[in-house]
Amino acid sequence: MEDQANKTTALNAASQKLLGILPSILNQPTLQYRTNIDELTVNLPGDLVHTICKILKTHTDTAFDYLTCLSVVDYEDILEINYHLFSYTKRHKMVLKCELKSTDPTISSISNIWRAANWFEREAHDLFGVLFEDHPSLDRLLLPDDFEGNPGLKSYPLHEYKEW
Amino acid sequence: MKISENINESGSTVDMLINMGPQHPSTHGVFRLVLQLDGELIVDAEPHIGYLHRGSEKLCETESYSQVVTLFDRLDYVANLNSELAYCMAVEKLLELQIPDRAWYIRTILCELNRISSHMLFYGVYGLDVGAMTPVLYGFRERERIQSLFEQVTGARMMHNYIRIGGVKEDTPPEFNGNLHTVVLELEKAIEECDELLTQNEAFLARTKNISCLTIEDAIDFGVTGPILRSTGLVEDVRISEPYGIYDRFDFGIPIGSTGDCWDRYYIRMQEMRESLSIIKQAIKQMEPGEVQAKMRRIVRPPKGECFVRTESPRGDLGVFLVSDGSQNPYRVKVRAPSFANLQAIKHMLEGVYVADAVVILGSLDIVLGEVDR
Repeated sequence: MEDQANKTTALNAASQKLLGILPSILNQPTLQYRTNIDELTVNLPGDLVHTICKILKTHTDTAFDYLTCLSVVDYEDILEINYHLFSYTKRHKMVLKCELKSTDPTISSISNIWRAANWFEREAHDLFGVLFEDHPSLDRLLLPDDFEGNPGLKSYPLHEYKEW
Repeated sequence: MKISENINESGSTVDMLINMGPQHPSTHGVFRLVLQLDGELIVDAEPHIGYLHRGSEKLCETESYSQVVTLFDRLDYVANLNSELAYCMAVEKLLELQIPDRAWYIRTILCELNRISSHMLFYGVYGLDVGAMTPVLYGFRERERIQSLFEQVTGARMMHNYIRIGGVKEDTPPEFNGNLHTVVLELEKAIEECDELLTQNEAFLARTKNISCLTIEDAIDFGVTGPILRSTGLVEDVRISEPYGIYDRFDFGIPIGSTGDCWDRYYIRMQEMRESLSIIKQAIKQMEPGEVQAKMRRIVRPPKGECFVRTESPRGDLGVFLVSDGSQNPYRVKVRAPSFANLQAIKHMLEGVYVADAVVILGSLDIVLGEVDR
């Protein structure tokens, strides 16, 4: 049971290897690489997201072919976009994070890199009001088209109805 | 609509829009699909989801950690225990909690049984989708055995709220082992029976073979996971590639397909049921008496931080992204629902196929709208 505990608190061998080669591939000296539990995490400025995603997918040593998840976390004044990536061929994973000002949550869409991002971005737009530039059809996904507001945000009231 | 309305002045045909759903039996829930047809061929398809959106992720933020389990029951309502497990694993990862062995064995047995019951439901309704009436009766009969067993253990037929943070609610009742043994024997026979009934049926083959073949590259790009991804020939199962819990103690195979057509997607699920039974049998042999709940504080308060877990649900890669701010309620819960990503590929899969195959293709994805819409 003890090795099970160690397994969850450290990078696996594939991700460790990725950490070694990533700085030279991305060639962005300002980026900070850190480990969160078992995931390699990188914070990106918004204007770099599209370029770096493209490199991560196409470069043969990173080969991130699978966008596992795209999620938004609302920290009141900033919206944090999380990209969880995984590579089937190299078997490593990482998380990209991008912080956006909640007054102007605009970021370029990555749906032309991974088609999986299409609905994830539409959902993020729907619930959090994030604007993804160059998205093919940034309509509401889960909520009706005439819905007003972005209920995913912390500022959106939850129980604003009377129980009958 | 008159036929003449579909022909313009120059004599060529005009595309027709057909609305399918949201109230349509073959959409397996409330799902709307707008099909653009040129004669019998589908030119374009526009899926519309969200009819079952209950804001589960937002609701999670207002409940305490242990209350959230009940919300996860209602996401994938065909495989409740698998959803519960994904959430509990996420909280346990943040808490760095050690789960007792027996709890893991109970979880594994129940989750694999849930996988079988979910695939049995698929087997039945997929038969209906292609026009066979009998499989649904067989499928539901077998599913019923599993549901009754769940009822004995968890107290509920669905919405169990049985897998808890740190283990399971309580140990299995004394009669569980005997009943489980009987159910496993019955299921073994039943899977063979179901297999013989439908798999090689000529009409079934004609409806499903070489229909909507998906390539590995497209499947990966769309984020398709689970049986549909494996049907394209990629060997990928989170239980083996990134083993969680005690899955590394079992010996089981990953069934894969070759063409990625509807029949492959169906047949993989039939084989997966056999693999699940094999896991259950190994687990019964290995299981020993012991604690079923880790020692922990009554009020769950994970430290500030975030984590992402992936599990293999019957529909694919079920991920939970959990952010904690150190309070009693989760700060953010994001569910990476396998059906959501799988359904996204439907637009691509429907282009250029006959309208009669639309229902067969949609059925082969085995979506659960509770999970798609959250």
